[in-house]
Amino acid sequence: MSYHADEKGYYGEFGGAFIPEMLYPNCEELRQNYIQIMEEPSFKQEFQQLLKDYVGRPTPLYFAKRLSEKFNTKIYLKREDLCHTGAHKVNNTIGQILMAKKLGKHRIIAETGAGQHGVATATVCALMGIECVVYMGEIDIARQAPNVARMKMLGAEVRAAKSGSKTLKDATNEAIRDWINNPVDTHYIIGSVVGPHPYPDMVARFQSVISEEIKSQLLEKEDRENPDYVVACVGGGSNAAGAFYHYLDTPEVGIIAVEAAGKGIHSGESAATSALGKVGIIHGSKTLLMQTADGQITEPYSISAGLDYPGVGPMHAHLYKSGRGEFISITDDEAMQAGLELCKLEGIIPAIESSHALAIFEDRKFKEDDVVVVNLSGRGDKDLQNYIDYFKL
Amino acid sequence: MNRIKQKLSEDKKILSIYFTAGYPKLDDTVQIIQDLEKSGVDLIEIGLPFSDPLADGPTIQESSTAALKNGMHTELLFEQIKDIRKSVSIPLILMGYFNPVLQYGVEKFCQKCEEIGIDGLILPDLPLDVYQEEYEALFKKHRLINVFLITPQTSDERIKAIDDASEGFIYMVSSASTTGAKSGFGEEQSSYFQRISNMQLKNPQIVGFGISNAETFNQATEKTKGAIIGSAFIKHLTENGVDSIGGFVSQIR
Repeated sequence: MSYHADEKGYYGEFGGAFIPEMLYPNCEELRQNYIQIMEEPSFKQEFQQLLKDYVGRPTPLYFAKRLSEKFNTKIYLKREDLCHTGAHKVNNTIGQILMAKKLGKHRIIAETGAGQHGVATATVCALMGIECVVYMGEIDIARQAPNVARMKMLGAEVRAAKSGSKTLKDATNEAIRDWINNPVDTHYIIGSVVGPHPYPDMVARFQSVISEEIKSQLLEKEDRENPDYVVACVGGGSNAAGAFYHYLDTPEVGIIAVEAAGKGIHSGESAATSALGKVGIIHGSKTLLMQTADGQITEPYSISAGLDYPGVGPMHAHLYKSGRGEFISITDDEAMQAGLELCKLEGIIPAIESSHALAIFEDRKFKEDDVVVVNLSGRGDKDLQNYIDYFKL
Repeated sequence: MNRIKQKLSEDKKILSIYFTAGYPKLDDTVQIIQDLEKSGVDLIEIGLPFSDPLADGPTIQESSTAALKNGMHTELLFEQIKDIRKSVSIPLILMGYFNPVLQYGVEKFCQKCEEIGIDGLILPDLPLDVYQEEYEALFKKHRLINVFLITPQTSDERIKAIDDASEGFIYMVSSASTTGAKSGFGEEQSSYFQRISNMQLKNPQIVGFGISNAETFNQATEKTKGAIIGSAFIKHLTENGVDSIGGFVSQIR
């Protein structure tokens, strides 16, 4: 069994393109071209050059000695927090802006929740001198003021999504509506491994540089390409898709996906989609999603804005359903404590999203000689206010 | 014969009206259907509200949100209209997004539609290939016509495939837009209408999106079989409630 997307964009029963006809020409254009474009030498060369000189790749694979001692196993951190703009998101936006150029598009739209993907998109649009419109929920605009300012400084227009619950899923709806209204000159840069085919596969491929580097870096440090486990947090799941990518079909590598339990899985305020979701359609993809019995999509909750998406990418739904992935959910409190612990033990302030992945070590025990790679997807600068409020700093 | 096909065979332009079930008030559904029939409308699309209506503009989105807040859900809609065939004979189409249908159970949904006397479905995010592979037999078994959309960007090749897969009519989206986004038609629409007309499709076309009054209705139906009004009717309901539906329809034709 393969855990990669098939030709129609299915991961097992999940994925596909459940889109209204208005989106068909755009998605079809992308579907017919994305792999071919990604394999062109000129594309590869420019992508790799920018990842190196602009993003700062390869990011280090760092052996976290004190953290390892505490949990009595070997923990490596893949330092995506050191990427330009502060998180792995930029790997994808660099790839997609080059894709948009190859497709002859002159205008970029994107959705954003906390603002990280919006900033990463605004950044590459500035880099390429392309018009950029970012949709962001009205509520998120109010609570993520610094990222709104960043996007504006980078020349993007931030448009408030005022429909529905006024958060990430509604920003995504608005971006899709914009695409319907501008079908010819616009490319939609989706920020995660969600949406209709070919987005989940395309974004996973752009993010796969993470596991590609882990392989060669681990070979250097441990004389082996494969860790025993690779761990990543999952909202939509783009950093996880990148960290898992080259290990998906290597069964000896354990895959651990960490979801946000919010205030507890059964508290009514959670984003643990694997536990709470049912098969359905969200944003053009068949996947696990949180919804009412009547099929209305519900609003998730997590202290981490990057994890409160009501679905997961179809790759992750398949990893869950097939048993290939181990899914763990972590509460707000557990994540915040783990974040603070990394600060004290290793001198690294992680994004709260990444703190969820770090929090599994309290309960999930590993063998002493296990090599466990944790994808540290982002840095905590953007979350300072949350840390300040939570710990009364 | 299916009521939609019967209606399409008449020598007249079709006026179809869309409304969102459960809006403006939860229990307005039956009265709206009855009044639309009395007013001389040819076809009715009953909208099943959805939390995330991707293809809709603000007017229909807001009506959906309000309908859900009022307490509308699939089972309740079926309950409200279970005896509708005792009072109306107009063709009825249910229009909605695929996820609520999937959660209800596609087979059970189709069965229920047949029992009630629903004639067709419009599910914009159920794509052609998935329909053909998984659901076509089921829809046919329950005598439901599935209506597909085309847009100005749809290629001739795909239009032909959609025409082949359709029975009844093709829902022709007038411009690259969400519902209610634009009003009136220009050069671009005229040449699009002409292009489709020249293709000599086996199914008649009914135009939707951008039709709000007699002028746009007449423009849209010059080269097609009919036109659909959605957002403009919802706006009318918002402003006037359900008491003057006949007045709205008589302004169109």
